[in-house]
Amino acid sequence: MSEHSTYTPGNAVEKWLDDRLPVVRFAKEHLMDFPTPKNLNYWWTFGAILVMCLGVQIVTGIILAMHYTPNVAMAFDSVEHIRRDVNGGRIIQATHAVGASMFFVALYIHMFRGLFYGSYKAPREILWILGVVIFLLTTATAFMGYILPWGQMSFWGATVISNIFSAIPLVGENIKQLVLGGFAVDNPTLNRFFSLHYLLPFIIAAVVVLHIWALHVPGNNNPVGVEVKDSRDTVPFHPYYTMKDLFGMVLFMIPFAWFVFFAPDILGHPDNYIMANSQVTPAHIVPEWYLLPFYTILRAIDFNVLFIDSKLGGVIAMGGAMVMLLIVPWLDTSKVRSGTFRPLFKWFYALFVLNFIGLMYLGAQPAEGIYTTLAKVCTAYYFIYFLVVLPVLSRIETPKPLPTSISESVLGKAHA
Amino acid sequence: MIGVTIMFKNKIIVAALAAIMGLSAAGSAQAAEAGAHPERVNWSFAGIFGTYDQNQLQRGFQVFREVCASCHGARLMAFRNLSEPGGPRFSEEQVKALAAEYDVADPTAEGGMRPAVAADRWPSPFANDQEARDANGGALPPDFSVLAKARGVADPFPTWMFNYFTGYQEGGPDYIHALLTGYHEDVPETAPEGFQLSPGQYYNDYFPGHAIGMAPPLADGQITYTPGEDGVTVPETLEQYSTDVSAFMMWMAEPHLVSRKQTGFVVLLFLVLFAGMMYATKRKLWAGIEH
Repeated sequence: MSEHSTYTPGNAVEKWLDDRLPVVRFAKEHLMDFPTPKNLNYWWTFGAILVMCLGVQIVTGIILAMHYTPNVAMAFDSVEHIRRDVNGGRIIQATHAVGASMFFVALYIHMFRGLFYGSYKAPREILWILGVVIFLLTTATAFMGYILPWGQMSFWGATVISNIFSAIPLVGENIKQLVLGGFAVDNPTLNRFFSLHYLLPFIIAAVVVLHIWALHVPGNNNPVGVEVKDSRDTVPFHPYYTMKDLFGMVLFMIPFAWFVFFAPDILGHPDNYIMANSQVTPAHIVPEWYLLPFYTILRAIDFNVLFIDSKLGGVIAMGGAMVMLLIVPWLDTSKVRSGTFRPLFKWFYALFVLNFIGLMYLGAQPAEGIYTTLAKVCTAYYFIYFLVVLPVLSRIETPKPLPTSISESVLGKAHA
Repeated sequence: MIGVTIMFKNKIIVAALAAIMGLSAAGSAQAAEAGAHPERVNWSFAGIFGTYDQNQLQRGFQVFREVCASCHGARLMAFRNLSEPGGPRFSEEQVKALAAEYDVADPTAEGGMRPAVAADRWPSPFANDQEARDANGGALPPDFSVLAKARGVADPFPTWMFNYFTGYQEGGPDYIHALLTGYHEDVPETAPEGFQLSPGQYYNDYFPGHAIGMAPPLADGQITYTPGEDGVTVPETLEQYSTDVSAFMMWMAEPHLVSRKQTGFVVLLFLVLFAGMMYATKRKLWAGIEH
């Protein structure tokens, strides 16, 4: 957005550099002067918080990889070696493990913020799609990372999830063997998951760059969902939002540190302190909490539909639940972005959030009795929300009148 | 306008509570076939200021060494750990003397065995799992290294939610303590209907399925504690032995707990103060801007 450029090289060296590689100009335009709506609330700080989370995971992960051994005979003990014998190892390992959970807390808040304020609507469809891609990559990375400590849940989680591939008709069994590097989860699986777990974060970082690029073309959405009209609606990113984001990050580090230092194992499963054993199946195989909503959807399909058996049906439903996010911009065609001005949407959205928490809860329960029924109900609402509620509301809902500009809405709020 | 928002928020809260309570009512129906729910012990290492009781760890080590260690290994614990800060704090001389009492395998030594030194790990009582099973009627005595963290307590709603805020991490030692004190000589009336013990099994309230292959390992008066340096004596009871050895097992599984919590307190204090300063700065910066 060179039209916002206020950069003039201060001296001959800067001028020389600017003619060849204008990094200083780029930084000034995109990290400092970038015009940002002045009415962004704290839900908007989670973008910066997520960048921090990715950074924390990469830094702690690189250190852990220096001490970790990806071999079925040694992996479990090498993680314990990190916790016991490496200087500061208990904290670094806990930060990485808790960090995965905090990453998903921020990720889900960031996504639900986008869903409420209609941040996926034109002209931000690509921005949203890149975000969904980041979500999918992060899910894959977290899943593979959970295998590495080689505990019972690592092993059996990998066994259950990799079975998903075998549901694909014709080629499923071959794909599964390719993913696992054999017929079952074993040393080749651990090795390739370690390799990919190290690779994917850098791919995520690259997609994050694209995500921010796609953000900087149309600029930020905002809580009223009205586009920026003129410079009175915005403030420069620095120092206003650098300061606000930094405050958000520090605030986010408080619960983060709470878990790292006082309850590092509470988000995990005790069974993962038992070394993987292919001969002993745990009583309940539960994935990490952040995968539970989708795990519930996978298990909810326990019936055959025509020629699709329940296993394939579950995989289609789970995959669909994630991939469907990609087309949300075209499902919700309401011209009004912000949920604040949509009286009906608000309620369906609130129910969707509760429903998602319900799916998460159900994923940790055994698939029996009332739980299977509830899982079907919650799964149904998940799909109905996207495929029915959003398109229908777009047509029948009468939104409240929008303010003509961000400045007007801000003044209205100040004088209310 | 404000009234409407408050009403709206209240409705959401009521709806959320109703949903959660509906879920929790469904949750209490099952969870019967597992063992009984262990009671919480008042551990010195619980909470944000938790530290290990050095005397308790020394007593727990004595229980471990004199009773448990004949069947259970501790392959991740090194002798030197016993003298390190945050642990039982035996003196280095004591640890050296202790290690010398044990032989460890060393292919470079004459005959393949040599006396242990402080840097060696605790030698396992059996050469492999199969030998351990053969000596224990087919049951495998689990290694103690991280066992206190490999066991847990599944709390009902809403207790498990509060656990995140109290930082409850003592489910493992609570379970171990309950297990050690939960034996019955005969199958009690509280047993599930038609419950039968096989030969070589014992009834335990807390063990999943109630039939455990380990004979009651501890009994009143079984171990003689030497009074501490301060002359304080503790009762030589099953209850005391169980508590002490559970605490010792927690230390073995989490040897850096004390320094972790101490660091954490400083970190949190810093973060809270820093966040306050950041907020003040942010407010001042934004003061002139309507937003």
